[in-house]
Amino acid sequence: MPDTDSARILAFITDRFPQTDITESEDIFSLGYINSLFAMELVMFLEKTFALTIPNDELFIDNFRTAKSMTELVGRLRSGTVAG
Amino acid sequence: MTDQLTQSPATRVLDRAAVRAFVDQHISPGADAFDRAGAIPQELLDRIGEAGLWAPFLPPELGGRGTDLVTLGEIHEEVGRGCSSVRSLLTVHGMLSWALQRWGSAAQLERWGPRLASGRTLGAFCLSEPGAGSDTGAITTCAVPRGGGWVLDGCKKWITGGRRADLFLVFARGPASTVALLVPRETPGVSVRPIDDMLGTRASMLAEVAFDNVVLGPDALLGPSGFASGMVLTGTLDLGRYSVAAGSVGIVQACLDACAAYTSQRTVGGVLLREMPLIRAKLSDMVTDVRAARLLVAEAGRLKDAGDSATIMATWVAKYFASTAAARHATEAVQVHGANGCSPDFPVARYFRDAKVMEIIEGSNEVQRTTIAAEAYRRCAS
Repeated sequence: MPDTDSARILAFITDRFPQTDITESEDIFSLGYINSLFAMELVMFLEKTFALTIPNDELFIDNFRTAKSMTELVGRLRSGTVAG
Repeated sequence: MTDQLTQSPATRVLDRAAVRAFVDQHISPGADAFDRAGAIPQELLDRIGEAGLWAPFLPPELGGRGTDLVTLGEIHEEVGRGCSSVRSLLTVHGMLSWALQRWGSAAQLERWGPRLASGRTLGAFCLSEPGAGSDTGAITTCAVPRGGGWVLDGCKKWITGGRRADLFLVFARGPASTVALLVPRETPGVSVRPIDDMLGTRASMLAEVAFDNVVLGPDALLGPSGFASGMVLTGTLDLGRYSVAAGSVGIVQACLDACAAYTSQRTVGGVLLREMPLIRAKLSDMVTDVRAARLLVAEAGRLKDAGDSATIMATWVAKYFASTAAARHATEAVQVHGANGCSPDFPVARYFRDAKVMEIIEGSNEVQRTTIAAEAYRRCAS
C-alpha cells in the first residue's frame, strides 16, 4: 500500500484509469476524466480512506484538481482548519 | 407470523422477518386492489409510518432507526415482493431523505428530518421531464438566482408519488451546473397533474409537476453548487437504483412463490403441473436468479455501509441483473399460469407489468449496460 496520502490518492486515480500516468500536481480535470460519477467515487474514496467527512463548502473544484490539492484538503480536514 | 412493527415501537426489531410479516398482513392482501384503484390508501401510508419504514436509515436523533443499508435493501425487497407501487413510494421518499441526510445543512435537517422519518412529510424525486429522462443534460427546468434565493420554472414528468408528495427534490439547470432544490408542495406556483393508466406500478401515484415562477429562499438549495452538485444527483440516483434492484428481487421472489403455489394445485391430464419437467426448469431458474440477485444487492449494500466507492458500480450491476431477471421471470410466471395469468384473478399479471417498469426507471437498462461495459473497458485498458 502506498505510504503517503498523496501516493494513496494517486493510486486510486490510476486504479480507476489504468492507462494514465499522472503526477501529483497534474490537473486531472484537464485530462477529461472527471464526470459526476467519478467525482462521487473520489469523494467517497477520500472520506473512507482518511476517515473524514468533507463538508459541502469544501466541495469546490480547486480542492480536487490535483492529487496535491486533495492531499492538502485531507491535511486541513485532519487539523480542523476547514472552511465553515 | 403476526405484524410486530405497529404494535410495540419501543422494542420492535426492524429486520427482514418483521417486515415480511408486516407486508403479508398489510400490503400483499390489498396490492391488486391498489393496482386497480391507481392509488395507495392513506391508511396504509400512515401504517407504514407507524412501522418506521419510510426512511429507517435516518439517525435516531432525526427520528429514524439508523438502519444499515443492507437491511434497507432487505426491507425494500420484502415490500417489493408485496407491491411494487408501495416500494416505489419508499424508493423516492428514501432518495430525498438520503440526499437530505448526506447533503443537508443543520437547518434543513432540523426542519425536514423528523417529518421525513415519520412520514408526516412524504418526499418525491423530480428529475425526468417531458423531453429528458436518463439524458440529464437535456433538462430544461431552470433555477435562476434572485434576491439570495431562487426562482424555479419548468415541468417535471413521471414523478413517482407526485400526486401525494409534500416535498419535492427538484433538479434544475442552475447558472453554472445542475442544482438540487427542496420545494414544498404548497409553495405558490407549484401545480400537480395526476398521470393515470400507466403500464405498471399503477398505484404509485405518478404526476406531472409544474413550477411556474416559484420563488424559493436560499435554504431551498440542497448540497453544494458548482462542480460537486452533480454528486447530489449521482448519489441520490444510486440509492434509488439500489432500492429498485432490491424491489426487483422481491418481484422474482413473488413470481416464484406464486408459481410454486399454482403448480402445486393445478393439474393437466390428471398430473400436477409441478411434476412436469419444463415447469420445474422454469422454477429452478427463478430460484437461481433470485438468490444471485439477492446476493448482488446485498454486496452493493455492504459496500455502501462501508463507504466504499465500489458500491456505485456494484449497484449498477445489481439493478441491471435484478430488473432483467424480474422481467424475464414475470413473463414466465404468466406463462406458467396460462390464461389465469392474464386475468385479474392472479397477481402475476401485475408482476409482469410492474417488472417491465423496473427495466426503465432509475436509468434504463441500456444506459446501465453502456456504463457497465465502459467500466470494464476502462479497467482493462493498458
